[in-house]
Amino acid sequence: MATVRSATWETASARTLALDIPDWPGHLPGQHIDIRLTAEDGYQAQRSYSIASAGPGPVEISVQRLEDGEVSPYLTDVVEAGDQIEVRGPVGGWFVWRSESTAPVTLVAGGSGIVPLMAMIRARGLAAGRQPFRLIYSVRTPADVIYAEEIRRRAVSDPGLDVHFVYTRAVPDGWPAPPARISVATLNTHGWPPDFEPDCFVCGPTSFVETAADILVALGHDPKRIRTERFGGA
Amino acid sequence: MSIISRGFGGRRREPSPALPPGQYLAHDFPVLSAGPTPRIPQERWKFTITTEVGEKHTWDWAEFTALPAEEITVDIHCVTKWSKLGTSWKGVALDTLFEEVETAGDYVMAHSYGGYTTNVPLEDLLDGKAWIAYEYDGEPLHPEHGGPARLLIPHLYFWKSAKWVDGLRMMHEDEPGFWEDAGYHMYGDPWREQRYHGD
Repeated sequence: MATVRSATWETASARTLALDIPDWPGHLPGQHIDIRLTAEDGYQAQRSYSIASAGPGPVEISVQRLEDGEVSPYLTDVVEAGDQIEVRGPVGGWFVWRSESTAPVTLVAGGSGIVPLMAMIRARGLAAGRQPFRLIYSVRTPADVIYAEEIRRRAVSDPGLDVHFVYTRAVPDGWPAPPARISVATLNTHGWPPDFEPDCFVCGPTSFVETAADILVALGHDPKRIRTERFGGA
Repeated sequence: MSIISRGFGGRRREPSPALPPGQYLAHDFPVLSAGPTPRIPQERWKFTITTEVGEKHTWDWAEFTALPAEEITVDIHCVTKWSKLGTSWKGVALDTLFEEVETAGDYVMAHSYGGYTTNVPLEDLLDGKAWIAYEYDGEPLHPEHGGPARLLIPHLYFWKSAKWVDGLRMMHEDEPGFWEDAGYHMYGDPWREQRYHGD
């Protein structure tokens, strides 16, 4: 059973919940938790959410509100600090980054797919890791960037972390290119080349992940080094 | 033991006795896989059953699609909590494939193009319980959903229905496959909610 310690808006539609979970065994960046909600008449709904935080302290998830969703609008708009939520986890042993790995890492995020990748960046920061990290983060508009301040700060302060944004609908003032989707050129220019044998983590909506993973394969990355996490449905 | 989630009513879109515990109804067909989608041309496709003594039975695409096929309409349940009811497929029953296979192995490891594996007891593949499917909704199975051909074991969580399947290996003892090794349940019965190791 988790207790909501705090709830913080990241964007107009995404909120981070910090959860105090007694006897939390710790987790690897990339793992998720299952959340179960129960209505007064016993009806239940369960969903999985990627963990955003790394290391000790409260377990954070960041929830993007889906307008026709059943669980996400509850977590973004109804839950308050002090509420209790039934959770299970950590879950998942494949889409994880281990800080003892020395390989370069290319992270490719679409929308709220940033969440588990942020956990990896934070874990690397905590461990004062020197693994070369590149993050490519696709969003619709500048206002949709989750963890915007922290990413900008870490891009300066975390040695060896490079960040590139892709804006698909609207670009910031002074951005040198019009809105565009992720492309061969994006991943070729802003990801590590296949010769470096990077581990690639791709997370986002299904169509985004399909596109990005296909491009990585076409660029010559070993499919076994490309780990994907797709979300779809509501 | 559950606590009431303050202010949670739920949408309970189409409550249905066909939904196992903890599942919700999906209207699209979500995609879940651990890596990039392999694209296997039919002319390169092969399917092999390897027995515990190393005997191999192999079908190429022409041989495979010449086998008697069945139209199947089943409910599918993904461990990530979505279910889809009344999905329609066309494929070859595992009973048909095992007609020519002599085996004393009780367990099967399914192997896929791309390296995915998943384990299933043999008895869960026989008696009309499982197929190698190559059409979905009257169309050739799309690569995102496991085409050219995938396992279809609708009575288990859908990760057992290996996409891009290229073979079955018979085993005397049960061994974990890809997700099973990563903390998911060895058997995966959605009606007993066997999602994770220890359920």
